[in-house]
Amino acid sequence: MIDPQMFQLVCFYAFAAVTVVAALGVITLRNTVHAVLSLVLTFFSTACIWLLAEAEFLAIALIVVYVGAVMVLFLFVVMMLDINQERLREGFIKFLPVGIIVALVMLGEMLALIGVRAMHEAVMGANPATVAGMSNTEWLGHALYTQFLLPFEIAALILTVGVVAAVVLTLRHRTGVRHQQASQQVRVQPASRIRVVKMAAEVPAAPQPEAGKETTP
Amino acid sequence: MITLAHFIVLGAVLFSIALASLFINRKNVIVLLMSIELMLLAVNINFVAFSRFLGDVAGQVFVFFILTVAAAETAIGLAILVLLFRNRSTINVAEIDSMKG
Repeated sequence: MIDPQMFQLVCFYAFAAVTVVAALGVITLRNTVHAVLSLVLTFFSTACIWLLAEAEFLAIALIVVYVGAVMVLFLFVVMMLDINQERLREGFIKFLPVGIIVALVMLGEMLALIGVRAMHEAVMGANPATVAGMSNTEWLGHALYTQFLLPFEIAALILTVGVVAAVVLTLRHRTGVRHQQASQQVRVQPASRIRVVKMAAEVPAAPQPEAGKETTP
Repeated sequence: MITLAHFIVLGAVLFSIALASLFINRKNVIVLLMSIELMLLAVNINFVAFSRFLGDVAGQVFVFFILTVAAAETAIGLAILVLLFRNRSTINVAEIDSMKG
């Protein structure tokens, strides 16, 4: 009989290991496409860790929004741009020691500052959402739509601004290309297309030229 | 048994990896953008962990907003990148120096 908490711990270590290895892949892989795919793996295993922390809604949102939308956008851009990889890798070896040293120093400082030993005492208690008698999504939704309604609306506004900005930035007007202009087509009035001419139903025939008498053109 | 320390250490490690990437991949804008995503992810792990252990919903709400803003930021950043590549035919940070900053 396996202890469920022990099993959770083993799962956490497995997912954390995958996360860290994939993150190392993101920063070291030579091919940018592989780096993006590695980042997808990082996000996925992080979503699994969030599931262990019982944040189900955010875990699914991370996969849907990040893996489904943002990473695909990254892949599109990476594959669209024809990049010379070798030129971009210059200085990789040169700055590798600096990067490792700075990262290790910062990691040590962070771990010393936040006091990891004290946090070892903090054991995961009962799920606050379950205590409140709700699912995680419901718990989050209650807070979002009551206490955080205005920030939620502002977030929607930010996304709209992001979409419009992305479109406007990449839009380009080429000269010398004939386009269909929908606005002009919609704005057109009947008077500019056809002209209604008032005329009598019957016109008296013009007098025939006399026979034998040629008309000069 | 998973403790708060596990999550915090994982967040710190991820943040340090992203920080190292800023040094060793200093020429490739795409990898720099991905490092920013990694840093935001590290912060989000901390938020989720604290929200769970302190029983406060605000942490998870904040992760929600961070995800939103990061998505908008990525879209605009990649649009700028495409624009840059179209005009200069390079994404090398060392060659983008027309502002002489």
